[in-house]
Amino acid sequence: MNNTEIVKRGLARRYAREKRFRLYGRCAVFVGFIFLALLLLDIIVKAMPAFSVTEIRVEVDLDREHLGLPAEGPVTAEMLSGANFNGVIREGLRAAFPEATSRKQKKALYSLVSSGAWFTLSNQVADDPDLIGQQKSLWFRADDDVDTYYKLARRTSRIDDLQAEYIDALDNMDLIRTGFNTALFTNSDSREPEQAGIRGAVLGSFWTLLVTLIVSLPVGVAAAIYLEEFAPQNRLTDFIEININNLAAVPSIVFGLLGLAVFINFFGMPRSAPIVGGLVLSLMTLPTIIIASRASIKSVPPSIKEAALGIGASHMQVVFHHSLPLAMPGILTGSIIGMAQALGETAPLLMIGMVAFIVDVPGGIFDSATVLPVQIYLWSDSPERAFTALTAATILVLLGFLTAMNAIAIYLRRKFERRW
Amino acid sequence: MNISVTDNVKESAAAPFDVKTQGNTHILKNFTGTIGKIQVDDPKISTRNVNVYYGEKQAIFDASLDIGRNEVIAMIGPSGCGKSTYLRALNRMNDTIVGCRIEGELTLDGEDIYAKGMDPVLLRARVGMVFQKPNPFPKSIYDNIAYGPRIHGLARNAAEIDEIVETSLKRAGLFEEVKDRLQSPGTGLSGGQQQRLCIARTIAVNPEVILMDEPASALDPIATAVIEELIDELRENYTIAIVTHSMQQAARVSQRTAYFHLGKLIEVGKTSQIFTNPRHELTENYITGKFG
Repeated sequence: MNNTEIVKRGLARRYAREKRFRLYGRCAVFVGFIFLALLLLDIIVKAMPAFSVTEIRVEVDLDREHLGLPAEGPVTAEMLSGANFNGVIREGLRAAFPEATSRKQKKALYSLVSSGAWFTLSNQVADDPDLIGQQKSLWFRADDDVDTYYKLARRTSRIDDLQAEYIDALDNMDLIRTGFNTALFTNSDSREPEQAGIRGAVLGSFWTLLVTLIVSLPVGVAAAIYLEEFAPQNRLTDFIEININNLAAVPSIVFGLLGLAVFINFFGMPRSAPIVGGLVLSLMTLPTIIIASRASIKSVPPSIKEAALGIGASHMQVVFHHSLPLAMPGILTGSIIGMAQALGETAPLLMIGMVAFIVDVPGGIFDSATVLPVQIYLWSDSPERAFTALTAATILVLLGFLTAMNAIAIYLRRKFERRW
Repeated sequence: MNISVTDNVKESAAAPFDVKTQGNTHILKNFTGTIGKIQVDDPKISTRNVNVYYGEKQAIFDASLDIGRNEVIAMIGPSGCGKSTYLRALNRMNDTIVGCRIEGELTLDGEDIYAKGMDPVLLRARVGMVFQKPNPFPKSIYDNIAYGPRIHGLARNAAEIDEIVETSLKRAGLFEEVKDRLQSPGTGLSGGQQQRLCIARTIAVNPEVILMDEPASALDPIATAVIEELIDELRENYTIAIVTHSMQQAARVSQRTAYFHLGKLIEVGKTSQIFTNPRHELTENYITGKFG
């Protein structure tokens, strides 16, 4: 038997092996894709109700007397905050259902509208004081149970028969509708699901990430450049390298405990504030940025550095004119991935108090705030059914931000990538 | 900075026991010193008793050699003989290699190259280098050449840089080919053009000496011929030391030739003499192709 025949005999087996391997690869990708699709589908289906809200139309009489305001003279903000908006709304509801007279009936009637409806009305009047004295027909958010009942085609049991009757009646009179839930994006956290939104959490995440970026990017890149290009190679730098790699694997909650002990207890920084959250997340992101940046600097071809050295560039010039620009795509990608990790981090922030129930939108890095993943954690723990949808919606928003950040990372890498 | 060891250096650093080379080691045992005249009158570069170590391993043993003004000296020898290492010792490119140690006396115009007062940046501006693999910066052709003058502050304004770029490209014989696309990337040129771009980049700083480490080994014969012609022209203004694997190339471009073998400088002489009448057995074996 000559060589050709021997090779030929083995050939079929070799090709079969390759074919099998391709099949395994496809299966692996498929399984991964299925899980991702299931996850996304589940979240999207659960989140859909959160994007719409049920509203009920109520005829309100914004008469001074009804509101409990003085009959004459200008209306101050203080007076408005004490005005009886709740009463006006209840009056309007009673006018729509004159047959509701017993205490039980009234209670059922009043609870159709969100308990925060008066606040919405109060804000509207504060924005436009001319409304006082007018009769207006306004849309108010329904209570979350009513909302869920109405949106899910009357399939929940948390509505009693009396309320169901009222809702049917409202439906017949075209006094109930569903619309886009703008409150989800304009409001902050609330105990009432129909009033709750993610604006506070989004801004909290923004301030926290801003601090993280400002602290970890310069520190991380500087450390990477020094360690890779300038530091002597000895036991100390080996030790530092091992520690950096270790830090990247430390459970994030440990950083939270550290932040609590150092930043809050020792330095006395404010609790629940983005400044502390950002610093803690910086500690966590630093190893990622340093490792990615070092790898990226290391992969700059030595021939380019030698070329620069050969025409008399100083060490510093070689690094900043050649190594760094060529390493930039990798550094940016690593940093953005680190930031994306920080955006999704929950555990360390629980330790420093960013888990508190915060209604105000944070205006800066020293205000109390919460962040998107913590908001998800908080809402997933709430008993009201409507919070399930809010949780899923928040996850979708978070995924949206993460996708955007990773897309930016890919875009930057493509844009700055140069061939040599 | 930790530049990883380049191919050339690796060859010398790793134990190079080519079978053919090893067969000649018994001749080396009787090696008593370099044959031929190592001195020249008024040398540009002078080296005496140079020893280079990579960690424990010694790469060059007691090499002494003068390089004359405006001459082209070729360093030849089998792989791993230390010729690249010797070349890189002349402008302290070995400084960046961790564990590399150099002993001996090396002077440029009488100044000690390894003296404390000698700044490696200034030295490399005076002793430029062209590498084996063309390594243009990932920038435009113009910026490749303008980089050196810019970092050294050799030009006061944009017009002067324009002029330097043009003359450097002309000297490197590349201007006509690229004058319409100075802003296109240097990496887009062909291999031979890239190498001439690297030469233009080196002479843009106007060095006194140009070290060339196998500048044509990655090029085709036509591009090689262009480079060789260029080297001959450059001799008017510069002192050139060239490491080459090609004996024909050494014979064509150089006035003097130095033959290295396993880290030892075996023989030095006029190129014509080395190639027609080698005096050492190893040189003869190498020249005649018995090993290499």
